[in-house]
This record gives sequence, C-alpha cells and structure tokens, in this order.
Amino acid sequence: MTAQDSRRPIIAASGLVKTFGRVVGLDGADFELYPGEVLAVIGDNGAGKSTLVKCLSGAMVPDAGDILVEGEPVVFRRPQDARAAGIETVYQSLAVVPALDIASNIYLGREIRRSGPLGSIFRMLDHGAMRTKARQHLLDLGIGTLQSITQAVETLSGGQRQAVAVARAAAFGSKVIILDEPTAALGVRETGQVLTLIRDLRDRGLPVILISHNMPNVFDVADRIHIQRLGRRVAVISPKTHTPSEAVAIMTGALDAASSGSPAPPPMTTPAAAH
Amino acid sequence: MTEAQAVIDPAERFLHETTPLQRIHHVLHRYPAISPAVVLVLAALVLGAFNNRFFLPANLSLVVQQVAVVGGLAVGQTLIILTAGIDLSVGAIMIFSAIVMAASASTYGLPGPIALVVGLVVGTLAGGINGLLVTRLRLPPFIVTLGTLNIFTALTLLYSGGQSIQKNIPDILLWTGRDVAIGPFKLTTGVLLMLVMYAVATWVLRNTAWGRHLYAVGDDPEAARLAGIAVTRILLSAYLVAGFIFALTAWILIGRIGAASPNAAADANLDSITAVVIGGTSLFGGRGLILGSLLGALIVGVFRNGLALAGVDVLYQTLVVGVLVIVAVAIDQWIRRVRA
Repeated sequence: MTAQDSRRPIIAASGLVKTFGRVVGLDGADFELYPGEVLAVIGDNGAGKSTLVKCLSGAMVPDAGDILVEGEPVVFRRPQDARAAGIETVYQSLAVVPALDIASNIYLGREIRRSGPLGSIFRMLDHGAMRTKARQHLLDLGIGTLQSITQAVETLSGGQRQAVAVARAAAFGSKVIILDEPTAALGVRETGQVLTLIRDLRDRGLPVILISHNMPNVFDVADRIHIQRLGRRVAVISPKTHTPSEAVAIMTGALDAASSGSPAPPPMTTPAAAH
Repeated sequence: MTEAQAVIDPAERFLHETTPLQRIHHVLHRYPAISPAVVLVLAALVLGAFNNRFFLPANLSLVVQQVAVVGGLAVGQTLIILTAGIDLSVGAIMIFSAIVMAASASTYGLPGPIALVVGLVVGTLAGGINGLLVTRLRLPPFIVTLGTLNIFTALTLLYSGGQSIQKNIPDILLWTGRDVAIGPFKLTTGVLLMLVMYAVATWVLRNTAWGRHLYAVGDDPEAARLAGIAVTRILLSAYLVAGFIFALTAWILIGRIGAASPNAAADANLDSITAVVIGGTSLFGGRGLILGSLLGALIVGVFRNGLALAGVDVLYQTLVVGVLVIVAVAIDQWIRRVRA
C-alpha cells in the first residue's frame, strides 16, 4: 500500500446535518477515517457524537450532507446498507437479543442456510455450521471463556455480552468497525480486554472508530482524535502532540481549536506498512 | 492479570454454588415446555384418580377433539404473542372465514375446493389488516384487535344475516370432521390437521431465519432492527400467517360442528390466549415454544373434562381455569428473572 492510498479516507463525510424537531444533532459536521487507524470521536454530551456515528452506520439518515466510502458517494437508509458496505457497528446498547443464544446473535440477520434443497427450498438453517463458526470468531478474538455457544446471551456478564457484540462486528466488518462507548459499562479488567481487542482489530488492518467519554482510554489507543462540539468537528488532534486536558479544553470550548497548534495530519503510512 | 485473578478467586467458588431451587429455575428457563408438561401429567393423574372413566381411550379422544379448535387458534396466537403482541380477534377471524367458506359454496354455488381457498384468503387478509394497522399506524396490537374483533364480528353477522349455514355444505369443508381411528383412539382428520399445524410451526420457528427473527423482534425490537432485521416486515408477516392459521382452524370448526354458525366458539378469542399463556409463552414476547400452547390447550381441556367427570359444576371449572392462568403467568415472571 502506497502513501497515496493511505491518504484517501475509507469513510469521509462532509456537511452532515441532522435535526430532531427543534433540537440540532449535527450542524454541518465533517469526518474522515483513514486506513489502518484508530480514530477516537470525543465530545461533550449533546455534541453530536452518537448522531454522527448513527449516520455513518445507517441507523439514522442525515437531513443533508454527503458520505463517501472509499471515495464513492453512498446513501445509507438502513443499518443493512452500511453493513453491505463493510461497516459494522457495536452500539452502546450492544444490539444483542437477550433470549437468543450466542451463535444465533452472531448470525442474526445473516443466518447460514443448509446446502442443497433443504436450504434453498425449505430455507432450513444450518445450526451446526453457525455454532462452529461462531465459536471460531470468538476464539479469533481470544475469547474462550464462554461456557457454551448455545447459552442465551441474557445469562452472560456485561463484558461477555460486549465480547459477543464485538465478535459479531469483527466477523463481518470488512472495512470499518465502529464502537460506541464500548467501555462505559465495564470494569477495569474488562476495559483492558476491550482496548486490547481494538488494537488487535487495527493490527489486522481494520480501521476502528471509537466513541468514548473516557480520556485515558482514548489517549491509550487512538491514533487521532476527532473532537466534536455543538454538532460540528472543531478539531482533529494527535495524542502525541496534545494532552488530555487540552482535548477537554477544546471539547468544552475553553480553548480555541485554531490556536492550539496544527491539526493532526492524516497518517502517512498504515501500521501494516510500518511494521 | 494474575494479581487480579488472585483477588477474584476467593469469590469464584461461590459463583458455581447453586441451591436446588436455582437449578430448577435454570432448567425451566432453558426448557420452557417442561412446566406445562408437568402440569398436564399431574392434572391427568389427579383427575384420573377421582374417576376411572377419565383414562378410557374414548374419553381421552373426546378431550383431544374438544381442544382441536382452540388448539388450532393457539398456533396463530402464539406467533403473535411471541412478537410481544396479542390478538383479541382470532375467534372473530375464524368465524368470519368459516361463514365465507360455507356461504361461498352453499349460497353462491362455488365448488367446494374454491370455497375453501376463498375462505383461507379472506382469513389471511383479515390477519393482514391487523398487521397493517399495527405496523403502519403503529397502534398497540391490543387496541387494533379489540377494534377488529368487533368489526369482523359485525361483518360476519351482516354477511350471514345472523343465520347458521347448514345446508349444501360441500364434502371437502366437512372433511375435517371425518373419524380417524388410531388404535383404540377415535380422532378426526381435524385433530390431525391441528397436530400437523403444530409440527410445521415448530419446525419453522426452530429452523428458519424467519422463526429466529420472530423471537428477536419480540424480545428486543430495537436490537433486532440494528442487527439488520426488517422488523416491520416480520411483524406484518406474522399477522398474515396467523390469519391463514385462523382460517385453517375455521375449516376444523366447520368439520367439528357440521355447519358454519356466526355464534359458534364465542369464547375462542380468550381461550386461545389462555392456552398460550398456560403453555409458558411470555406475554412480553420473545420467549416460549409453540408446543407449549398445545400443552396449554390440553391442560384446559383435561381440567374441564376431568372436573365434569368428577361431577364438579361447570362454574367451578371456569374458576379453576382462571386460577391456572394467574399461576402460569406468575411462574413465567419467576422464570424470566435469570441470574446474569
């Protein structure tokens, strides 16, 4: 991969607007994600982080603005559209169905059918294949502690549910993984596991968008930090050139983004190429 | 990591200690058909002890024949309750379909098979109307079906003039009343049709994506939507399929009473909900088994029959059914409280 490629964003958005009645969620927000990076999106409550990410994942349709995937304009009307484009999202609510088992949740909405007429005519599911593959997806992410792949998700702990949701995203996300507040509900040890998971995903070549309130986490894993304020992107900084307190100051408006030094440039090389 | 492990370990052994009650809880949670099955067996044993005629093949055959109609309706009702909905119009749709089937042949002279198909289409469309109102107008299923219960009942009376249709009913519509002897048991083709409906519905819920999605939509519609399931389409299809099942049950009803009557099976709306609830399907959606509803219908049938044989007044039978419903829902609430 050449430097030229890495400068073209995997996902770019410009001028996104989304309003809810009289409440403004996004007010002309821009966004770029480059190959091979972990991009954190931070901002105060109501700054439009979740709205921005929901527009990128197809869960919301922006009122105005453009989204480009690898330079091509796209319109996401439903989450399925974004998934078809290779963008997988782990929502803060996790979007797992408690009553269904782990394998059913990982393959929910894209079940594997039996081969032959049983699958094509009777539309019969291949439970065995889904269980085997679901177990493999979890092992790929180093999650081997679950008792059984046929366990209902409601019997799992918060961290285990998170792991199932991340495994689902990693199994199907071919271009981008979006994680919305993945550590908000987790303890210290589980948070560490999720951060390791994020680095693993990046090292496997999958860029990650991480929405988080947690400054130590953000400065720990992010390559660049997108700061959202009042529905717009006010700055993109690098954790190498800025401190967490500067990031908070830009986030709250105490520090003018333009006067706080040069914005972080897009990464010149992908980590894969750097290794 | 090892230090954290050491801190956790002293508590770890308590995590795996369970009381017998917790183990029962866990098993019931995993296999929701167990509790209605146990209730059915216990009820049969106790009622059989009061009257030795209870276990005679002729009596058991009668019980099964008596639950065929409610059992058939309960298949469709289960599909709707699994989506966290409820259908108060099931009996009205069934009777409307039955009158349309019979009148098409008897009054309008259509051939029997075509009259049957017309009735099945009308029932499916009636279910579709419920589905459209629930999904497009986003009205609560309880309100929608309370309204359509009255609408379909009124349409039935307007269409039939309040009269039963008994003459010139073609053989194919009466086919479901034909006797089938299996060993000492005397069943009807209608009973077998009901059992086939259960077998097919069980297979579809377990082995197709549509079946899994029905559970997902009922359990957590927002999670289902974010996982890429077309929630509206699943809900609409559930009401359409249920309407078709109610119309099939109309066929069973015509065979059973040998006529199509606008006043037949007046209690069927609520009886089908009773069967589903006693069968362990949660009214909150997403949990339950279609087989449980068959057990639930049989439990009600066994109690009514057994108490009648024991000489208990019919009013007390109704009282017992009421108690059963409340106990079933209380057990369901307890089972749902799982330890994470």
